[in-house]
Amino acid sequence: MYVYDEIDRTLVAERVAEFRDQVQRRLSGELTEEEFKPLRLMNGVYLQLHAYMFRVAIPYGTLSAPQLRKLAEVAQRYDRGYGHFTTRQNIQFNWIKLADLPDALAELAEVGLHAMQTSGNCTRNVTADQWGGVAPGEVEDPRLWAEILRQHTTLHPEFSFLPRKFKIAITASEHDRAAIKIHDIGLRLRRNEQGETGFEVLVGGGLGRSPFIAKTIKPFVAGRDLLSYVEAILRVYNQYGRRDNIYKARIKILVHELGIDKFAAEVENEWRQLAGGPLTLDDETIADIRSRFIYPDYPPLPDAKELLAQASASEPAFATWLANSVAPHKQPGYAIVTLSLKPVGAPPGDATAEQMAAIADLAERYSFSEIRVAHEQNLVLPHVAQRDLPELWHALEAIGVATPNVNLITDIIACPGLDYCSLANARSIPIAQQLTRRFSSAAAQALGQLHLNISGCINACGHHHVGHIGILGVEKNGEEYYQITIGGRADQKAQLGELLGPAVPFDQVADVIEDLVEAYRELRAGPQELFVDTVSRLGVEPFKERVYATRQ
Amino acid sequence: MTSPLQQKIKITGPSVVTANRTIDGVVVYRSADQRWATDLAEAAIVRDAPTARALLAEAAADDVGAVGAYIAPVLIAADGTVLPGNLREQIRRDGVSITLPSVR
Repeated sequence: MYVYDEIDRTLVAERVAEFRDQVQRRLSGELTEEEFKPLRLMNGVYLQLHAYMFRVAIPYGTLSAPQLRKLAEVAQRYDRGYGHFTTRQNIQFNWIKLADLPDALAELAEVGLHAMQTSGNCTRNVTADQWGGVAPGEVEDPRLWAEILRQHTTLHPEFSFLPRKFKIAITASEHDRAAIKIHDIGLRLRRNEQGETGFEVLVGGGLGRSPFIAKTIKPFVAGRDLLSYVEAILRVYNQYGRRDNIYKARIKILVHELGIDKFAAEVENEWRQLAGGPLTLDDETIADIRSRFIYPDYPPLPDAKELLAQASASEPAFATWLANSVAPHKQPGYAIVTLSLKPVGAPPGDATAEQMAAIADLAERYSFSEIRVAHEQNLVLPHVAQRDLPELWHALEAIGVATPNVNLITDIIACPGLDYCSLANARSIPIAQQLTRRFSSAAAQALGQLHLNISGCINACGHHHVGHIGILGVEKNGEEYYQITIGGRADQKAQLGELLGPAVPFDQVADVIEDLVEAYRELRAGPQELFVDTVSRLGVEPFKERVYATRQ
Repeated sequence: MTSPLQQKIKITGPSVVTANRTIDGVVVYRSADQRWATDLAEAAIVRDAPTARALLAEAAADDVGAVGAYIAPVLIAADGTVLPGNLREQIRRDGVSITLPSVR
């Protein structure tokens, strides 16, 4: 966990007082909606179909047990008893009243939570690998650098009015769990030949109306130069990014239009003026921020292979969960546990207040009081003693967060869609519910890794372009239709999915996905070949034939 | 940004003016007696562009009461019941089409 200092605490408290005043002035009519809108957006408050939506920042997806408990309380007291975890590792409340928002924000501030950088044309909450600091083999904890960026970019006056929102993600592992290649800036921690820690810097990724995979503009930027280099990128973007057309305002369009080489040259030019200046991070500053991350003092434990084998033998359901949801930890005797927020028939990423409170208790008992939020809309207990796994599993089962479907076809990423969102064209959640029911059998779960992502409109909050199977809701003559793409992926081999064919109506989506799965079963080179690899090997055609042969 | 009042108004059938209540975001409809009502049945029905424009202008002037006023289509059933004109408006009137997690 990172512990806020006095500056952070003061900033968060002042923000609450400021927003309370703004809300009061809005409700009294002193501020018009036009004047108030940019102010509420700077505090994570959107107006959706039937209510205000309030997005709370969870920097790099790390929460303490008291913070999660507080989110549960806010859900209970000010909302309708649940929250929705997002693909930016944040949480959203869907029903909050404007008049209640200052009180909710004040309660969150008690535990260091706030809503800065969750909306508006600023640098948004920096995301990172949800296994940061515990994944075996990572270069180092990426959250240290995410925190440095958070401190530098929070309310940064030069970058509070960018042409458009700006998203940064960091990974420190070979396997990219942070989807860095679909971000405005993607940072991959690495060491150079001298053993120095730094970053491969990628720029210009993003989904939405014009999807792009980020490209590398510099293979190595030393850690001490991170801020100056990111600042150089932001300056080039701030100067040249288009403000005349919202659809062309993201950095990906600038990178695409200029070309990566010209863009890189512009950044290099800017950086020459900044490098070695006041933004250079000295060892002392880095050490100070590092020291504010409190790591568990892990009591030494042996690996619990035998105990886990016994528990698996007596409880097959435990064995399934262990194989699916538990990952190796860098510390012997410990494990990383993913809590699935994707039970069959439920909205992906939602957790009730009771579940959040219970998970906070379990984190205190089993995970050194720490929880992580994954961009796949699941939660993680990052420091669990292996010997506690059977007991923890029973507790997670009891609250409905032990569905053993992590990374499987029912571990669906989905945006709120037309049930909540004022931008959506079609519903996402009912499609996800149908699919989790359709594919809940053991046979479907045995398909192996298969990422299915759903967005209710072209803005792509559900990351449909990079799902192994992507589903995009569109509206045709007043009816909900869905375009299907296949072959996308969000990891280190990120690529955009390819369109399968004409959109299909709401009630045919599950059948089409089943056809795709059946085609995969027949076409794969063997049970070990993943869906996405079969698509990569054979292309879209055989899948297309299968789906449309009987439908046109 | 173009204000809704400056936008071209095109209506193809019976319509209402709807918005979200400022204090809590609840869906509201402009009534003939210049109130914001939560029940669609109380909404003023307009059938041509000039009337729609006038209702929208009158509604949008109440910036404290409600936010983001716009014209939405409705259907009038044989018995005179006013129904939402599309899925979006149906969801706005009825709430989400799913069971909320907290009441599962």
